[in-house]
Amino acid sequence: RNRTLDRCRQQPFDSTLEKPQFPGASADFVDQLDFIQPNVISGIPVYRVMDRQGNIINPSQDPQLSKETVLNFYQKMTLLNTMDRILYESQRQGRISFYMTNYGEEGTHIGSAAALDPNDIVFGQYREAGVLMYRGFPLDLFMAQCYANADDLGKGRQMPVHYGSKDLNFVTISSPLATQIPQAAGAAYALKRENMNRAVICYFGEGAASEGDAHAGFNFSATLECPLIFFCRNNGYAISTPTNEQYRGDGIAARGPGYGMLSIRVDGNDVFAVYNATKEARRRAVAENQPFLIEAMTYRIGHHSTSDDSSAYRSVDEVNYWDKQDHPISRLRHYMTTRGWWSEDDERSWRKQSRKTVMEAFERAEKRLKPNVELMFTDVYQEMTPGLNKQRESMWRHVQQYKEHYPLDLYDK
Amino acid sequence: MRPTQKMNLFQSVTSALDNTLASDPTAVIFGEDVAFGGVFRCTVGLRDKYGKDRVFNTPLCEQGIVGFGIGAAVAGATAIAEIQFADYIYPAFDQIVNEAAKYRYRSGNLFDCGNLTIRAPWGCVGHGSLYHSQSPEAFFAHCPGIKVVIPRSPVQAKGLLLACIADQNPCIFFEPKILYRAAVEQVPVEPYTIPLSQAEILQEGSDVTLVAWGTQIHVMREVANMAQEKLGVSCELIDLQTILPWDTETVCKSVVKTGRLLISHEAPITGGFAAEISSTVQEECFLNLEAPISRVCGYDTPFPHIFEPFYIPDKWKCFEAIKKMINY
Repeated sequence: RNRTLDRCRQQPFDSTLEKPQFPGASADFVDQLDFIQPNVISGIPVYRVMDRQGNIINPSQDPQLSKETVLNFYQKMTLLNTMDRILYESQRQGRISFYMTNYGEEGTHIGSAAALDPNDIVFGQYREAGVLMYRGFPLDLFMAQCYANADDLGKGRQMPVHYGSKDLNFVTISSPLATQIPQAAGAAYALKRENMNRAVICYFGEGAASEGDAHAGFNFSATLECPLIFFCRNNGYAISTPTNEQYRGDGIAARGPGYGMLSIRVDGNDVFAVYNATKEARRRAVAENQPFLIEAMTYRIGHHSTSDDSSAYRSVDEVNYWDKQDHPISRLRHYMTTRGWWSEDDERSWRKQSRKTVMEAFERAEKRLKPNVELMFTDVYQEMTPGLNKQRESMWRHVQQYKEHYPLDLYDK
Repeated sequence: MRPTQKMNLFQSVTSALDNTLASDPTAVIFGEDVAFGGVFRCTVGLRDKYGKDRVFNTPLCEQGIVGFGIGAAVAGATAIAEIQFADYIYPAFDQIVNEAAKYRYRSGNLFDCGNLTIRAPWGCVGHGSLYHSQSPEAFFAHCPGIKVVIPRSPVQAKGLLLACIADQNPCIFFEPKILYRAAVEQVPVEPYTIPLSQAEILQEGSDVTLVAWGTQIHVMREVANMAQEKLGVSCELIDLQTILPWDTETVCKSVVKTGRLLISHEAPITGGFAAEISSTVQEECFLNLEAPISRVCGYDTPFPHIFEPFYIPDKWKCFEAIKKMINY
């Protein structure tokens, strides 16, 4: 499991050689003054397996997954889409406080999740619900978190879409952006020492990649030789900020080589391209103990969140193009229908069934009580502290005295 | 009688880290320059003894060091991160406050980084000036979910550091750099812990309660002697040791007895941790107070270079404060 690259080692200094002896770089001398041109016009190419219509371009790249697997991909992507529609709507109706949809990025979630081992640890940002869904997180628990009800594994403490699952190795989402990136490097380092064939994947958007934590995470993972996949969802926008206001270089993939990291850019709306790249990155990351950077190009079809109206900064035509002409779900559907694996009847009955199961989970979640208010005070530390205990008692005394002003009936006792 | 060895403060830290690496195969130590032994020699010999995968340099990036440490802890390793000077901890503030402190709570106890300990040299050193003298404990005292611990001596340092490492919550351990070589004690060679969140009464007294931590304890010890000799005043000296969560019970019990409280720290007075102690004590012990609570702290300036002798809360300032309290 050793790195083959040896450039980190210092050579003994020898000024008789006409090669640079600087410890900081291994390079030749040059006597022409030339600035290296950043390649922004024709940048790193986009790897894809299917064309926009879902036809395989180069048959050697078709991962030739089983019908069962491909159907599962399709059903997970569409179930996610259905859940998104229902929960987005529920926020507009005031039933949940907030929501973020995943429209257009379903391919990045399912393709990458399918390429991992279930024991691989996932660090996400907030737009990766499909990864959790692929791993088997039940609708009831998605809903419970969004409703912050008593079934929420997170005990109602966070805003909607801040999911987490220990069983599924999906680290709980936090709102600050890019903080997960150096954490992923640390986790990967710990897994490397454990030597149990586990990797880490770390998702983030092209906006979060501007944070200092991203630079920190990339640099640490490369220097400390961590088995880690960095997966950047470049979806064109960070809320209202388009990519040409986020960076001036060739996206995020071009930064990888600057850190000494193997990098690739893929068509994020091509679930097979995402799958192939992630699979190979995972295999090599663990075998060679080095990080990989995958930049999945895609498009955020939905608004940033329920607090955003993207018509303020982009045209409906632009959004429609991606929805109608280059969508991960449509492309995979075409792949399936071409092979006779999915019919109009299948589509109709699946849509009906998935909507029904989502609605049922939704109705159950809505009826459920909120967690016991005691849970406001636990898990600050592993143990309850005397100070917090006093505050807890004080809170209950107050609420008892002024009970008509507190919505106690909504909470579990 | 457990075997001891003469150690200064940095050696007592090395001893604690050595014990940890020996007994916990998941333990790793990392930060800037820790591989060769560290700029204060706290990690001397550990890389050779335990291997380069366990004691290693990171790139120069505090937010990375702490973020990396959090992730390693989340994945089950005992992660001991070194920040080269407490003055440089601020790039990691977001990772500490928004991530480490909140990991367990926000995940409903699914995940935590309790195995993370952050160590940093702390406090004035005679010539450190703005960026090699700071005592940032007050910034972190305001952050539920982490623990903040400051030892006064080698014996305390080893026991408290081992307690932080064992503690299942993320801990920040500030090491008074001026004591690294100057403080020497017989320190037990085997591991031991000193409880967190328990203040220690170093000397009992009846007239004034003195509260401090770290280097300032030694100043206060002298002040207590001066008060006894020159004023016939009996001081009760308390080392707070853990800033967060702090031992309100010991301090309040003492003030109920003495009626007077002097708190002293190098950090600037406004918003310094003495303000929190003062506020709580006046709530709990109002009717017992014979005089207003006194705080003798750094001025509200950045830590100066050439003016350090005038800046620090020295024994004369503390002595004068006691006189005022007695004569109130």
